[in-house]
Amino acid sequence: MQKFSAWSLLKEAFGGHQGWKSQWRRAEPKAEYDAIIVGGGGHGLGAAYYLAAEHGLTNIAVVEKGWIGGGNTGRNTTIIRSNYLFNESAHLYDHSLKMWKDLSQVLNYNVMFSPRGVMMLAHTVHDTQVIKRHVHANRGNGVDNEWLSPEEAKAFCPILNIEKNIRYPVLGAALQRRGGVARHDTVAWGYARAANALGVDIIENCEVTGIKRNAQGAIEGIDTSRGFIRTKKLGVSAAGNTSVVMGYAGIQLPLESYPLQALVSEPVKPLMPCVVMSNTIHAYMSQSDKGELVIGAGTDAYNSYTQRGALHISSHTLEAICELFPMVRRLKMLRNWGGIVDTTPDRSPIIAKTPVKGLYVNCGWGTGGFKATPGSAHVFAHTIAHDEPHPINAPFTLERFEEGNLIDEAAAAAVAH
Amino acid sequence: MLIIHCPYCGDRPELEFSHGGQAQVVRPADPSKATDAEWTQFLYLRKNTRGLFAERWRHLRGCGRFFNAIRDTTTDQFVVTYRAGEQPPAIGSGGAL
Repeated sequence: MQKFSAWSLLKEAFGGHQGWKSQWRRAEPKAEYDAIIVGGGGHGLGAAYYLAAEHGLTNIAVVEKGWIGGGNTGRNTTIIRSNYLFNESAHLYDHSLKMWKDLSQVLNYNVMFSPRGVMMLAHTVHDTQVIKRHVHANRGNGVDNEWLSPEEAKAFCPILNIEKNIRYPVLGAALQRRGGVARHDTVAWGYARAANALGVDIIENCEVTGIKRNAQGAIEGIDTSRGFIRTKKLGVSAAGNTSVVMGYAGIQLPLESYPLQALVSEPVKPLMPCVVMSNTIHAYMSQSDKGELVIGAGTDAYNSYTQRGALHISSHTLEAICELFPMVRRLKMLRNWGGIVDTTPDRSPIIAKTPVKGLYVNCGWGTGGFKATPGSAHVFAHTIAHDEPHPINAPFTLERFEEGNLIDEAAAAAVAH
Repeated sequence: MLIIHCPYCGDRPELEFSHGGQAQVVRPADPSKATDAEWTQFLYLRKNTRGLFAERWRHLRGCGRFFNAIRDTTTDQFVVTYRAGEQPPAIGSGGAL
C-alpha cells in the first residue's frame, strides 16, 4: 500500500502524479476463506478491516453485489452524532463517535471528519421536554449535549429563521458540539484500502444467491453469481437487502425495508457552519465541502426496494427547509436519490450471533447507520472473531424481541423516522 | 406518487391512502395459550419480500375501507388490488395474472 503523506504527495507531484497505483486490488474469489462478509458498504468493509487488524484473520473476503460504497454508504447525509436516549444506544454510538476522531490517521486515508456541531431544533412544548430529557440523559452517559435558546441557536447557525410568525417557530435547540459530518465515500474507500493492505479480498459484482449449511446446520459456504465459496463464518452486513440474504439461511428477521431520500442543492459559497436537524417538521441540512447543501428527507410510507422515493416526500422536506432557512428558497436542487434502509420495530440495530452456527448479522440501522460505521464494524468484527458479542453490542441481540428487552429508540430517538 | 386502485372507489393518488403492512398476519387464536415465539412472529417478524408482496392498504382519506394488494417491491407496481375477505388471484411467474 502506498502511504499517503506530505512527502509522498510532493514526490508524486514531481512525477506528474503518474506514479499512483490503484488503492486496492481487484480480487477473484478463492475457493475458501476463514470468514466472509456479505456487503461492501462501510459497515462490512470496516468489519473486514477490524477482523484483519485486531483479530488476525486475514484470509477473509468481502463480497458485494454491486460496487463498494454504492449502497447506503454513498447515499446518506453523512451526519455523525451520539446523542441517543438509552444507555445501550449512547454507549454504542459514542463508541463510534470516538473512533471517528482518529479514523483518518488509523486508515491513513482522509475521511474528512468535521466535528462542526449537530443542532436539533425544538418547535413545540413536547419537543422542548423531550429534547431536554435527551440532554440530561446524554450528560449522564458522558455524551456532550447542551440546551440553547433560539437566540443562541441563531448565533451558532446564522441563517436559521427564529421568527415567531412561522408555522413551527424555533423554541430552542440541543447542540452536540462533537457531532458533525464526514465524507461518506472515503469511509468505504479508506476501509477497503486498509483491509486490502492486510490481505482481505474485496470482490465486487458478486451477488450472494444462496447459503449452504451442513448436516448439523452450520454454515458451509455461499453460492454467488461468481460460484460457490466455502467458509465457516459468514457475517451479513447487507443493509436493505438483509432480509433477502438471511432468508437463504432460513432466518426471518424483524426488518422492513423502506426507501429513504436525500437531496443536494447546486453548490454555493459557505453559508451553513453546522448540521441542523428538525424531527417535528422532518428536515435536516448541512453543507458539504463542495458547497452543496445536503438535505435529508423522510422514508416512504410503504416497504420497497426501488432505491428511489416519492416526490411528495422530498417536497414536504423542502417546504420545511425553506421556512427554516429562507435564504435558500431560490436554490435549485441538483440531485435526489433514495437508499433502502432496514428498520427494526424498536429502531435499534441488531449486531449479533444468530441461531445458525457460524452466521452473524449486523442490520437494522434504519435511517441512521452512517454515523455508527466505525463502532458498528468494530464490535461486529469482535462478535465474528470470538463467537461472542463485545460488551457494547451485547444488548443488541436478535432475541431481544422475543424476550421483550427492546431498546426502544422508536419513540425516543433523536432522529426523524 | 403512486396511483392506487381502491377496489371500492377506483384510481386515487397515494396521498389518500395509508399503508397497513403485510397482509394475512393472523392474531393467535387463543392469545393466552400462544408461546413467546408465536407472539414474536405475530408482533415483529415480517416477510419484507423483494418481489411480489401481499399487503394491506386503507383508503383513509376516501372511503376509509381496508383492502388487499399485491405489489412488486422492486418496481412499486401494483399487480392487483382486491377487497378484504376475497381470495387473492393466483399469480403466475413474472407477475402475470
